[in-house]
Amino acid sequence: MIKQAPRFALLLFTLILLTGTFLHAQQRFPKPEFETGYVQPDPTTPEPRAMALEYFDVFVLLAVLSLASWLATKKRSRRGLLWLSVFSLIYFGFYRDGCICSVGAIQNVALSIFDSGYAISITALLFFVLPLLFALFFGRVFCASACPLGAIQDLLVIHPVSIPSWIRKTLGFIPVIYLALSVLLAATGSDFIICRYDPFVGIFRMDGPFLMIFLGITFLLLGMFYARPYCRIFCPYGVLLSWMSKFSKWHLSITPSECIKCKLCEGSCPFDAIEVPVEQSYRAPEKARKNLRKFILYIALIPLLTVAGGWIGAKSHVFLSRVHSDVYLAELMISNPELREDEENLDIQAFLESGDTFEQLVEEAAVIRGKFRMGGMLMGGFIGLALGITLMNQVVFRRREDYEPHKGDCFSCGRCMDYCPVEK
Amino acid sequence: MDKKDKSKDKGYKRRDFINSGVRLALGVSVVGTAAFTLQRSVSGKDYVWQIDPFKCTQCGRCATECVKAESAVKCVHAYDLCGYCDLCGGYLKPGAKLETGAENQLCPTAAIQRRFIEEPYFEYVIDEELCIGCAKCVKGCSAFGNGSLHLQIRQNLCLNCNQCSIASNCPSDAIGRVPASEPYMIKGDFIQKEEG
Repeated sequence: MIKQAPRFALLLFTLILLTGTFLHAQQRFPKPEFETGYVQPDPTTPEPRAMALEYFDVFVLLAVLSLASWLATKKRSRRGLLWLSVFSLIYFGFYRDGCICSVGAIQNVALSIFDSGYAISITALLFFVLPLLFALFFGRVFCASACPLGAIQDLLVIHPVSIPSWIRKTLGFIPVIYLALSVLLAATGSDFIICRYDPFVGIFRMDGPFLMIFLGITFLLLGMFYARPYCRIFCPYGVLLSWMSKFSKWHLSITPSECIKCKLCEGSCPFDAIEVPVEQSYRAPEKARKNLRKFILYIALIPLLTVAGGWIGAKSHVFLSRVHSDVYLAELMISNPELREDEENLDIQAFLESGDTFEQLVEEAAVIRGKFRMGGMLMGGFIGLALGITLMNQVVFRRREDYEPHKGDCFSCGRCMDYCPVEK
Repeated sequence: MDKKDKSKDKGYKRRDFINSGVRLALGVSVVGTAAFTLQRSVSGKDYVWQIDPFKCTQCGRCATECVKAESAVKCVHAYDLCGYCDLCGGYLKPGAKLETGAENQLCPTAAIQRRFIEEPYFEYVIDEELCIGCAKCVKGCSAFGNGSLHLQIRQNLCLNCNQCSIASNCPSDAIGRVPASEPYMIKGDFIQKEEG
């Protein structure tokens, strides 16, 4: 009987080895009973940042947005907006290490809409909603002085160059694509690309991958001439803010009362966001007819572009879905079965160790790919629609007799107000 | 002259009306989206990132994939599970002959300190200043010992990024969001969910 005990222990041991799971109760080496009165220490568990401080961040954002709205629309103080943006850069950028931010919060919202298993934190939701609501009434005051990404670029606007309208408008369409893509990837649970490719977060943290720091510095250097390049060429949150701001109720105005058309403000905007008075010439019958024809053509193009976009989006779902790690892994294992033997390939080895069958993985990947087909179609349709509307807006002229900020593009930085000689 | 002014006024009113209408629609959609997401997550809990030690395969990416140059992942010691062995898979006795195969498990930064308690037991303490989260000791301890050494995200070091960059690269999906009220998964303290 006693002889059998070691054999039994060995059997048990191999059994544990085979199953590969070591539940905490099963110990190879039982805990000793100490005779010297040794007291076992507890593992330390330092606490995360207190919740109260997270709410404090929301409070700071609310305060900054309110103050910025007042400074932009009532006080009309460029200096005030500038110092407020410096504060935001220090607080949200360098102190809070660039996270939490409204730009990235898009992805949390997208994920929580499409993934019922993910619950968004109230802080992230408020960071997403508050700037949009403020933009709806006061314009893009968030861009002016609450966004640390904008602030760091705004401080380095040294010699802004005026960019031809067609280049601006073309580059200005990239954020729409970026927005659609980041929402798709977040909603499918693939990746948060806005955070991953945030060029300035590495600078805020003074730490990060070399390539991203390099990219951040490149953006800052480029920004000396092409003012706020990230905001104008990439920022996906800017797209949403711009929609809101276009219909804002009390947007900043260049002049406090009557515009005297002195043209002093014309060159003051580093972002080419000032609209000059529209000459009556577009009303000439020749031009008007041409514009009308274009307008009708573009309107007819909108549904066409939407459908075409949706079709292309749905077609590209196989390609897009590779961003998701499960799809990537399944494809890799199908196309290169010999990699199963590759000890170096951590992803495959970890999957093989996990105990899931290959069929399960393929099935899961197929489900995700299905989501991408639907999501890709929506994404493409959205991009097509946005393109159609952008084109249509190119031939819509409104009578404008004063110098006014372009409500969609204006960051409410307030530079132009300093140039206006009109007294209140 | 009068007529022109009138038409101007009328035009502006119409545009104002359209603007207000669109503003209302946009406002409703923003608040609606917020309400929708909030209703999905009534709990309103805050989350932090943590490693499930039972899923971890000790691939070593925690040391390199964290956005911080010095990873927020460190090794913790679940003393409850430790066998207080003389020959520790994570720690190699100084002067031991390097022929046991265990030399690979030696901590590369000498972050594990060893203290004699009584014959034949030793206590192993991790110096977090030195630990880089490479999981070499975890691999050794899991393979040869009780698995009391394991990785955890240290919440005082973690920036709680929106998307954990280690989680995106973790081959075994071991990193996930956990409620901020229970920010650690120390082996022995929490019970692994039974599978099936």
